[in-house]
Amino acid sequence: MAEAAIALRPPLIEGDKSIAQVTHDVCAPMEARPTALWWVALLISFSFLLLGAAAIAYQISVGVGTWGLNRTVGWAFDITNFVFWIGIGHAGTLISAILFLFRQRWRTSVNRAAEAMTIFAVMCAGIFPVIHTGRPWFAYWMFPYPNTRGSLWVNFRSPLVWDFFAISTYFTVSAMFWFIGMLPDLATIRDRATAKWRRRLAGLFSLGWNGSYRAWQRYEVVYLMLAGLGTPLVISVHTIVSWDFATAVLPGWHATIFPPYFVAGAIFSGMAMVLTLMIIARKLMRLEDYITLRHIDRMCKLVITTSGIVGLAYGTEFFTALYSGSSYEQFVFLNRALGPLFWGYWTMVGCNVFVPQLLWFRRVRAYVPAVFAICILVNVGMWFERFIIIVTSLSRDFIPANWFHYAPTRVEVATLLGSFGLFFTLFLLFCRFIPVIAVAEVKGVLKYGKPRLESAHE
Amino acid sequence: MSKRLLVGVFESEDDTLAAIRASRQRGFKVVDVYAPYAVHGVEEAMGLAPSRLPWVVFALGVLGGGLKVWFEFWTTAVDWPVNVGGKPFNSLPAFVPVTFEVMVLFAAVGAVLSFFFVCRLYPAKRAVLPVAGVTDNRFAVVLEETDSTFDPAEVGKMFEKLHAVQVDEQITGEVA
Repeated sequence: MAEAAIALRPPLIEGDKSIAQVTHDVCAPMEARPTALWWVALLISFSFLLLGAAAIAYQISVGVGTWGLNRTVGWAFDITNFVFWIGIGHAGTLISAILFLFRQRWRTSVNRAAEAMTIFAVMCAGIFPVIHTGRPWFAYWMFPYPNTRGSLWVNFRSPLVWDFFAISTYFTVSAMFWFIGMLPDLATIRDRATAKWRRRLAGLFSLGWNGSYRAWQRYEVVYLMLAGLGTPLVISVHTIVSWDFATAVLPGWHATIFPPYFVAGAIFSGMAMVLTLMIIARKLMRLEDYITLRHIDRMCKLVITTSGIVGLAYGTEFFTALYSGSSYEQFVFLNRALGPLFWGYWTMVGCNVFVPQLLWFRRVRAYVPAVFAICILVNVGMWFERFIIIVTSLSRDFIPANWFHYAPTRVEVATLLGSFGLFFTLFLLFCRFIPVIAVAEVKGVLKYGKPRLESAHE
Repeated sequence: MSKRLLVGVFESEDDTLAAIRASRQRGFKVVDVYAPYAVHGVEEAMGLAPSRLPWVVFALGVLGGGLKVWFEFWTTAVDWPVNVGGKPFNSLPAFVPVTFEVMVLFAAVGAVLSFFFVCRLYPAKRAVLPVAGVTDNRFAVVLEETDSTFDPAEVGKMFEKLHAVQVDEQITGEVA
């Protein structure tokens, strides 16, 4: 028998859990009182959220003039943050939809949290363009509804309108995907809850789910459909985000490489953020048996793959500029690497291309603090990537007389910090009130990598 | 109309699958199977017909995409044409991204709503469980006692041989 067992793949879930144990391990931390560490983390995040709320209230009441924009650089910090947050969200859909279609069963341990991250990141992203409209109370004008101005319709040829449709569809579909995946777990919570309010609340949202196989069969079909729709959707979303730039004629933006380059960058930064959150969550919620070193190892491999794609795109951009023979195009790229924002450019290259190379080593992938540090650096690098693309192209365009420098104001920085506050506040609340691990899915992979005979009664 | 049901409760997916197969082999009517997670192979064992939801999703996707192309054409080329940078009023290629998004939106929302509809799932619905624990660690196979040839004691013994931890007889008009 020994040889047969060796030939099997290692199990996905460690600790030889029974089905009931999985329910208990995931649900018990939610039913206990929150730890002091959780409270501290929530208070810090919430303080940042309040800072952001104050900054937003101020800039809405005073106007967008509180930002560091000028006539040359017409959008900078807000669009950087928007693209950054949307990108973060994409890894959640990669894990929940694309890895599902590829039958990567290891995703079951991380997909719930990754999808939560997607939804929260899209919420953070949505703040920035809404404020940038200048009159956010008219944000609904982006929706093509019959109005008393004509009806004057929105311009369906504009990438900004495409963006509005892409982001709102993406948010809706991600939220539904998350909820459908959660349905059986909400029923589990309902049926084991002792507190009345918890049973009521879980009863309200679990929609009377009772584990009937007639429902399970359709559930599986709907889940597959949503995954199939979510996969092209996520690619379309960041493609459209990149078109916000690529359809402009500005050197450094007007490039056909943008859609794949942006999608790969989004998954790269998002995967780093998933790893960051997972490393925190597995420690905080004691889920080391579920989110194992093997999960971290696999996500690291996705990080290094996408890092390679992003690095290739950086190189290709330079080659295209050289080969184009356009002096404007060539200038933009020399200016990025050697101009006034050279430090930002090299932070980006260093964090996105050089630092992730460490992940080639198994020892690094198995050492959690190193992975954590690399992931933070990747996110710093990816934030700088968007900043560099946007600001360098705008601040030095065709006519040197137009050139002007851009620097963010305190209000803009406070808004960015506030978006991080919102993100982590929502994530911490999620850890408390919703099972962080997809219980029903993990139960289905318990047998993975175990000899069939062991589970029988003989 | 009330029904007499026999519920066999199991602890593992293999036993559940064996029980479903044994019951169907002997000609019993498997009303439903309850499981804490989607067990691979149950639908084949139960002989459930494949779900028709994909067709609903496909139809709604086509409908959403079609409506959107028409709407974009009507707003930009018919109702109030606006000259934007000299582009043609009917700029079909520029309509592609939004059409795609709306198609996905229709298909996805439609998939979820029709799933809720066919499974009769709605907020605050009272869940009817055959036995406690089917959302935790128990599997239940529910048979209908269709006629007098059905011997509950004998079928119960068959379940026990297949490692059932509990066999219940229920009279109900609700389950199934």
